[in-house]
Amino acid sequence: MRILVAVKRVPMTGGTIVLTPDARAIATQHLGFTISPHEECAVEEAVRLVEREGGESVVLTLGPPEAEEQLRDAMAVGIDRAIHLVTDEEEWDGQATAGAIVEAVRAEEASSGPFDLLLFGNESADAGGYQVGVRVAHALGLPCVTGLKGIEVRGRLVRCEQEVPGGRDVFEVPLPALLTVKEGLNLPRYPSVPGRMRARQRPIARHEPQRPPARLEKLRFVVPEGERKEAEILGRGPEAAPKVVELLDQLGLLR
Amino acid sequence: MSVLVLCERRSDGIDEPSLQALAFARALYPGTSVHALACGVAADEVAPLLGAYGVETLHVAEHEVFDTYAPHAVARAAVELAGRLRLHALLAGGSEQGNEVVARVGALLDLPFAANCVAAEAGPPLRVTRVRWGGSLLEEALLHAELALLTVAPHAVAAQETNDGPAAVERFAPALDDADLLVRVRERARAAGGGVTLADAKVVVSAGRGAGSAEGFAPVEELAALLGGAVGCSRAVTMAGWRPHTDQVGQTGTKIAPELYIACGISGATQHMAGCKGAKRILAINTDPDAPILESADYAVIGDLHDVVPAIAAAIRAARNEKAGAE
Ligand SMILES: Cc1cc2nc3c(=O)[nH]c(=O)nc-3n(C[C@H](O)[C@H](O)[C@H](O)COP(=O)(O)OP(=O)(O)OC[C@H]3O[C@@H](n4cnc5c(N)ncnc54)[C@H](O)[C@@H]3O)c2cc1C
Repeated sequence: MRILVAVKRVPMTGGTIVLTPDARAIATQHLGFTISPHEECAVEEAVRLVEREGGESVVLTLGPPEAEEQLRDAMAVGIDRAIHLVTDEEEWDGQATAGAIVEAVRAEEASSGPFDLLLFGNESADAGGYQVGVRVAHALGLPCVTGLKGIEVRGRLVRCEQEVPGGRDVFEVPLPALLTVKEGLNLPRYPSVPGRMRARQRPIARHEPQRPPARLEKLRFVVPEGERKEAEILGRGPEAAPKVVELLDQLGLLR
Repeated sequence: MSVLVLCERRSDGIDEPSLQALAFARALYPGTSVHALACGVAADEVAPLLGAYGVETLHVAEHEVFDTYAPHAVARAAVELAGRLRLHALLAGGSEQGNEVVARVGALLDLPFAANCVAAEAGPPLRVTRVRWGGSLLEEALLHAELALLTVAPHAVAAQETNDGPAAVERFAPALDDADLLVRVRERARAAGGGVTLADAKVVVSAGRGAGSAEGFAPVEELAALLGGAVGCSRAVTMAGWRPHTDQVGQTGTKIAPELYIACGISGATQHMAGCKGAKRILAINTDPDAPILESADYAVIGDLHDVVPAIAAAIRAARNEKAGAE
């Protein structure tokens, strides 16, 4: 099988989100970065599928030069090689992102053969646009199933499971297909030290696509005013238990 | 000009996010005629309901594929209908289905799409405020398009009845080809019922990295059971393999809305808190009096969860015995 996984670099924001002075970005000087959680599971799934079925896995990202870190992370857990669509620091909207990915996939397929499976996150952790995978699938003429927590390849068919209230909905589509996944699909492995060493040697193909004008044009960010609360301290250590029980009683939760 | 709202069916009518999207659409374009599209519904049941929420015309797409959920076919039907109506905007509720279907409409029409809006001002260009990071950050943006595509973040606005009569019904059979029919639910696997679900529980007791191990959850489970609640956890816990992902509360886990959320050994990262915005009250149990969670909690106990949680369980038992004795 040949599998493409698309990932996005996002900051690990911790307890509060702090914005840059122009409010057009999150201030990230003091933050670490990660692959968005849904896509971390997509990476793991691709590695497992290739381990079982043979073939090749390729990770792709559209992002700033620093996003190489996330490509190396993916290769450290077993992805074979990477494609980096290098951007400036400006964020691209969903349509522009999808357009650049479609071009890159077409070029890649022309040189190395078609992909059987393309895996995307259902939505990125930061922008939450819910659309890049769907747009890429449509442009490439592929069936697309979204929000998956179970994937099982059976020959040239793929069985897809969506978690819905009370159970699971099952879809089945032929390969090639594009699937978008969610965290919970699997438990991603941690990279090993030899894995990290190997990842440094693996190849990254770089392209610099042109950013088209945004059609969903970001103006600025606003951190919503949470009600900043001052927690009432009920006590310290186990001695606080009676106060907690009092509270439970007040809330009618003791019956 | 008019607006079209895609309405998602539910066993007993139309889902809440769709009704919220109707209220959002009417506020955004006051006086504009409101059309709704519902696929595979019994028109005579749904028309009075949607009429009461301000829909003038209900379009019912008919095809056997709509006996089940078939998102691409729904998007095709929406695009066909949009071609016949003169629309300012096409909206849906910000549910998983709503976001997926409008994304497909965006792909089919090559139009931009703003997901999970909480506010909008008519344009052109339409100016929207939408949520990012599962609700921890807002983005103000312009949507440059003749036809605005957007979904409405859950609970951004309340559903609003207008008490109008039933919507007029127009049925149509959308043109669908084999590729449009491919993506459909083939099978519904339903979990055996029973047990409180995390999303619906009145009390949720969660633990985070502070639990220390899978075994560290024993007192947490005990406390949840005593309160008839559900057990939750943070992502640190699922990543360590101590609990299944179905227990994870947060942006990429489950969104909860209990009367009381007891968060033990959880620091309060924005992505975790994005899942408990619906909690009425939060009690944090943490060794660190400066943990960020204390800024969103109503109550706190400073201490080691391994001591505090069993003590609370014991005190609940004692209080219940005393009550039983007094009766
Ligand atoms: C894109 C993205 C999405 C994410 N989605 C989610 C999500 O859906 N849900 C989620 O939970 N996280 C999510 N995270 C992770 C999140 O940022 C935090 O890393 C995570 O929530 C931390 O878990 P924690 O609070 O258990 O651990 P920590 O942050 O390590 O906090 C542990 C806390 O326990 C306290 N403690 C330690 N020992 C004890 C003890 N014995 N008794 C009492 N207190 C103790 C410490 O003081 C500390 O406050 C996401 C991250 C990213 C980047």
